[in-house]
Amino acid sequence: MSGRRDRRSRLASRAVQLGFVASVVLAWYLATAYGHINRILLPNPVNVWHELKDVLASGEYLPDLRVTLTELAVAFAISCISGVTIGYIISRSAFLIRVFEPLLAGFYSVPVILFLPLYVLFFGLGPESKIALGTTISFFPIVLNTIAGFGYVDKIFITAARSMGASDIQMFRHVLLPAAFPVILTGLRIGFTVALLSILGSETIASLAGLGHHIVSLAEAMEPARMFAYIAFAVAIAVLLNTVVSGLERRARRT
Amino acid sequence: MSTAAPAIRIKDVSHEFGEAGDARFVRALSHTSLDIGRGELLCLIGPSGCGKSTLLNMIGGLMPPTSGTIEVGGKPVRGPMPRDIAFVFQENALFPWCTVLENVKLGMVFQGVPKAEQEERARKSLEAVGLKDFMAHHPAQLSGGMRQRAALARALSLQTEILLMDEPFGALDEQTRMILGEDLSVLLSRSNKTIVFVTHSLGEAVFLADRVAVFSARPGRIKEIIAVDEPHPRNPAFVTTEKFSRLRNTLYELLHDEIRKAVEQSATVGPGE
Repeated sequence: MSGRRDRRSRLASRAVQLGFVASVVLAWYLATAYGHINRILLPNPVNVWHELKDVLASGEYLPDLRVTLTELAVAFAISCISGVTIGYIISRSAFLIRVFEPLLAGFYSVPVILFLPLYVLFFGLGPESKIALGTTISFFPIVLNTIAGFGYVDKIFITAARSMGASDIQMFRHVLLPAAFPVILTGLRIGFTVALLSILGSETIASLAGLGHHIVSLAEAMEPARMFAYIAFAVAIAVLLNTVVSGLERRARRT
Repeated sequence: MSTAAPAIRIKDVSHEFGEAGDARFVRALSHTSLDIGRGELLCLIGPSGCGKSTLLNMIGGLMPPTSGTIEVGGKPVRGPMPRDIAFVFQENALFPWCTVLENVKLGMVFQGVPKAEQEERARKSLEAVGLKDFMAHHPAQLSGGMRQRAALARALSLQTEILLMDEPFGALDEQTRMILGEDLSVLLSRSNKTIVFVTHSLGEAVFLADRVAVFSARPGRIKEIIAVDEPHPRNPAFVTTEKFSRLRNTLYELLHDEIRKAVEQSATVGPGE
């Protein structure tokens, strides 16, 4: 157990990762600068970089970003509240767990994106259909983890608390909730990630606004460099959000 | 209230799991009667599945008897009586998300003990079990023996007359177990609590108990009660005396056939308890 060797091997793997990314970008540059590659299909990375700077400086991304983030926030809020509430209710009865857990796990494996055309028919091309899709997709990991968290608390904890005279409310606050919390938190993180993915994805398929929508319209306008810049921007936003959520999860776990 | 009244009175108690005729039907305990005196330390010993843990849980009000009655302090037991009875379980009954100090305090939180008093009682009982330097640790950072000391401190802090201990040292190695037994004997000789202690270990039973109730194989009933006439706190040298070996041998003879029977039972119907 040598800390120094640990650190060195971690540094080495970081260096290889960086080198790998750098060589991909370099290959991309060389291919577009000297190879016979259609600029419409693959723009030059330097052009993409200039476009990205322009996008950021002009602030033209703001309306689309706002649409996407609002859809995400609403969808995640709905699936959090409904998923945790329904999961808790199911977890209170062994019978309900037996009935609903396999059912929900089954639905979870359905590719919900296939319902997008239906949602567009129901809710229109606006943000409502994206919210519906994001909610549906993120609901399942949240409800399933809530059931797992509350439903499988070690019996000995419940027995011990009962023997010490815990009331129902005390049992919830001091035993069930802290026991279930880390598991639920994982469900929330997964729910958040899939909601973001599905909302961005569905914006590229059928929408009026949002980052995904903007990327598609740039592709249709034959502006690949700017499109790549937007993709890079969307990726950065997604990485940022996921990092924040994972960080929150780690912090909540510690306390 | 007369001092002669027993702390715990068990009257013709039986316990069955499942319904008669059911494939999983098990008669764990059959028509057992027993009085446990105030300040007495009674060990329950017997083969696996003989219903000794079940009896302990019924005394503590964690499960109702199928028939018969149990009285604690003259009152029939109808559910947990946290003001009269505290439990120490086999292991892992400490809440892993709480520190040792928080774990000890939580029982008092449940019972509405004032905050300042919680703190004081928790510190005192942790000191008594030798954990005063580990109050801020989480259970996962402690050894098995220390965890059981913490569980004991939690039970002591509740200041109950009765302590029910369900194989508290069952998961520990022989040496840790011996030391904990010695410390327990010293601690409890000062407290004058009534204690029911379930164990698998013959030596532990003789070393700790005023009386040892030996159970038969399923359906469990008390086969014999052995008195250990030796003052508390027990001297560690007690283990090396001839009296100790004689009592231990008596227990061994009483138990041996029952354990065989229990093993054969579990081979035919699967593990119980």
